[in-house]
Amino acid sequence: MNTATEAAIDRFKTRAAEQGLLDVAYATADSPFGPLLLAQTSRGLVRVGLPNQDRDEILTDLADRLSPRVLEAPVELDEVRRELDLYFDGKLDRFDLPLDWRLSGGFRQRVLRAINRIPYGQTRSYTEMARKAGNERAVRAAGSACGSNPIPLVVPCHRVLRTSGALGGYGGGLPMKQALLELEGSLDAPSVP
Amino acid sequence: MTPLPPFQTVLDEHSGAVMAILQGAVGRDGAEDCFQETFLAALRAYPRLDHADNLRGWLLTIAHRKAIDHHRARGRNPLPVAEVEEVAVEDGIPERDEELWAAVGALPPKQRAAVALRYGSDLPHSEIGAALGCSPEAARRNLHEGLKRLRKELA
Repeated sequence: MNTATEAAIDRFKTRAAEQGLLDVAYATADSPFGPLLLAQTSRGLVRVGLPNQDRDEILTDLADRLSPRVLEAPVELDEVRRELDLYFDGKLDRFDLPLDWRLSGGFRQRVLRAINRIPYGQTRSYTEMARKAGNERAVRAAGSACGSNPIPLVVPCHRVLRTSGALGGYGGGLPMKQALLELEGSLDAPSVP
Repeated sequence: MTPLPPFQTVLDEHSGAVMAILQGAVGRDGAEDCFQETFLAALRAYPRLDHADNLRGWLLTIAHRKAIDHHRARGRNPLPVAEVEEVAVEDGIPERDEELWAAVGALPPKQRAAVALRYGSDLPHSEIGAALGCSPEAARRNLHEGLKRLRKELA
């Protein structure tokens, strides 16, 4: 693509943002685990795609469920990227980002909101999360809510373990979950499932 | 029916063609402005599109409408010149942009697009057909009808 077109595209995106037409802005960010996909609406961060998740599939899904006005706009996600960088450096123990919860509803959203209150460096069990969300017996549903977390890392579903202390599952793969818990210093003894 | 892809995909796939067509239609200087206006209008209308079957044709139709707006605005605000030039008239079509573009703008959409794509961007019939989502033969017919009407209007 020639530079005139690139410059025109940049200015078009700036004007689109000014006119409130950027319904979903996204960007990629580097992480120690590989590239992350970050997506945001006017309400806040709505989706974090982990390195092993298909980027195009996520963007198509966002176009379907939120709005087809989906545009790559890295500037819009500067603050999210900044906080994630600090987090991976071990210099941030609480994200201060507005979140858009729209992608999960009902019980799942209640589970995720409960997870969002687990402090840095601590872990909870799936059973506890089910109880916090209002149904202690829905442990399996709580587990699947974790598995479908649209905003992993920032909504720290990696802090939820089995009652036995076993790691359970993770959308980004178990090695990533283990590494995150090590980063936060919450894995005393190495626990391999 | 194809669901609407993320707008970024539309931008990636068609921005080059839109820019090329606009540069042909309004020149390099005006093209960037028209490009932004085209994609802003497209982005605004995008969620209301029924399907994604001919996004390229849809974009090119918006682009040539913006090119016509551009020429009209120019016509209303003519550049001051020291001496008024003789206006050449060829084939009975007056070379007054204002009048010509107003007449083009008044054509039915497909004829208008065919004329603009042929003379603004120098596209062959096959590409005009692709842009409009019709066969080269239908594109040729639209172009022919459009030109016939223009000649009548401007005679």
